[in-house]
Amino acid sequence: MKKYIVTDKKDTRSGFGAALLELGKQNEAVVALCADLTGSLKMEEFAKNFPTRFIQVGIAEANMIGIAAGLANGGFIPFAGSFANFLTGRVYDQIRQVVAYSNKNVKLAASHAGITLGEDGATHQIMEDIGLMRMMPNMIVINPADYNQTYLATFATAAWNGPVYLRFGRPVVPNFTSTSEPFVIGKGILFEEGTDVTIIATGHMLWKALEAWDILKEMNIHAEIINIHTIKPLDIKLILSSVQKTKCVVTAEEHLKNGGLGDAVAQLLAEHLPLPIEFVAMDDCFGESGTPDELMQKYGLTTEAIIKAVQKVIARKNY
Amino acid sequence: MTNIKELEKIATQVRRDIIRMTHLAKSGHPGGSLGCADYFVALYFEILNINPPHFTLTGQNEDLFFLSNGHISPVWYSVLARRGYFPISELSTFRKLNSRLQGHPTPAEHLPGVRVASGSLGQGLSVAIGAAIAKKLHNDRSLVYALTGDGELQEGQIWEAAMFAAAKKIDNLIVTVDYNGKQIDGPVDEVCSLGNLYAKWDSFGWIVLEMNGHDFQEILHTMHHAKQLTGKEKPIVILMKTEMGKGVDFMMGTHKWHGTPPNDEQAQRALSQLPETLGDF
Repeated sequence: MKKYIVTDKKDTRSGFGAALLELGKQNEAVVALCADLTGSLKMEEFAKNFPTRFIQVGIAEANMIGIAAGLANGGFIPFAGSFANFLTGRVYDQIRQVVAYSNKNVKLAASHAGITLGEDGATHQIMEDIGLMRMMPNMIVINPADYNQTYLATFATAAWNGPVYLRFGRPVVPNFTSTSEPFVIGKGILFEEGTDVTIIATGHMLWKALEAWDILKEMNIHAEIINIHTIKPLDIKLILSSVQKTKCVVTAEEHLKNGGLGDAVAQLLAEHLPLPIEFVAMDDCFGESGTPDELMQKYGLTTEAIIKAVQKVIARKNY
Repeated sequence: MTNIKELEKIATQVRRDIIRMTHLAKSGHPGGSLGCADYFVALYFEILNINPPHFTLTGQNEDLFFLSNGHISPVWYSVLARRGYFPISELSTFRKLNSRLQGHPTPAEHLPGVRVASGSLGQGLSVAIGAAIAKKLHNDRSLVYALTGDGELQEGQIWEAAMFAAAKKIDNLIVTVDYNGKQIDGPVDEVCSLGNLYAKWDSFGWIVLEMNGHDFQEILHTMHHAKQLTGKEKPIVILMKTEMGKGVDFMMGTHKWHGTPPNDEQAQRALSQLPETLGDF
């Protein structure tokens, strides 16, 4: 079980930017590319400190992916940054051919993922990116929960030899994970132990799952909270051992139900341990303009939604 | 002094390889492959500074080549094998199950000579630019070469890359366009005309050269000239006039052999026009 304490509130993208700067100092092979969103991606400090290793590509994401692949072929570790929307669907074929299939050591730094992108609306909000990226052979998919975890995940991403999709977000959210524990790609983290239900949460939804834990405890429901920051490869061992004990699962993610963490866990359970599962995720629809909180509320990505899902899945378990 | 006769001999054998590979596989793209045979032979036997027996993906301190129009893999595979990257006998496995010679080139099967997958068009130029930047960052003065088709220039990503390379002064890059005027559905001019291609590249800020892709003297002269023009803060493109199907009379003057393999009778007819000069695979 991991200790956590809210130290401050920060955006996950700033965790990426801070780590990228530090990586730049430590490793001359690290280069960064951006398609006219340097400020949004928090890449300015890297660009300022390492101008020859920063490549401003302009508004040309497809070209950026190709250039990143060429740099990776030359032995560099390129971090290509844009909004998650423009770094997945828009360039799926480029990523597929010259990064994943060619197995190039390219890191896709995807900011503003999910509905919490907010006011820009559905053209910019992508809720299908985890699905797209976990479908891709050779691709690692990471969705950290807060600033600290994003910071550590960025280092782990650089150290990993192969393509990685690193997904983070725009809004300021509680920063609570520990920096003293190592971040291991493919290893989930047990945040709370419990016996009645396993809640598996990723990204911004981890904090909401922890909030739900307190309320559930008062309701005499003892939830086990697992943070899955690496959606691919999935920590099968941790998930199965928990569900063996609790006999039911709720997944929570800022993504469509289709294709996301819930899908991955459901597939795992269907194959190895078919038990009730409920999904806290967005239905099959596009988002809209609004503040991040309003949107999370409207599309059912809340602490209350997790609690309701827990009650429902426990009822199904006992049926 | 280069022995042109020797290059011609190799090119004839490469054309035989292309016919035999696509015939054996009952699939593949003979037309553009035949058209680019002379270019590939000149490039790999005279121009590139390479070390085939010690192939590495990074290729540091040697010249790199990226094929963007991956469907002309037969000519590339033949030249790679004939240049010593892998056994010539392996050409018989083209497009077969468990082969390293996939329909379109890929490093996934660890075929020496291939660094990045291509096939989905319009992407190779961007990759070549990335590789060229990598060389600059490594202070590696060797060059990066790439080949694209002309129909492929209808892909928007090509022009993203063209704009970028000029804006960022990528001057260790020599791109060649296989300007054969044909694509799957017909003449490029009819499918979607490229307009004034010379003026397009020129206005994008590239040094533009032109050459006849079937005249070894001219190919070598132009490629050497292109080398001399590197390092001048501009990328270089060579518009290479070729004939799709070159070397086989009934495959020339039409787009129909873009992606159609010869049948038994057609293969015999084609091979009768291409004497075996270096020994078949």
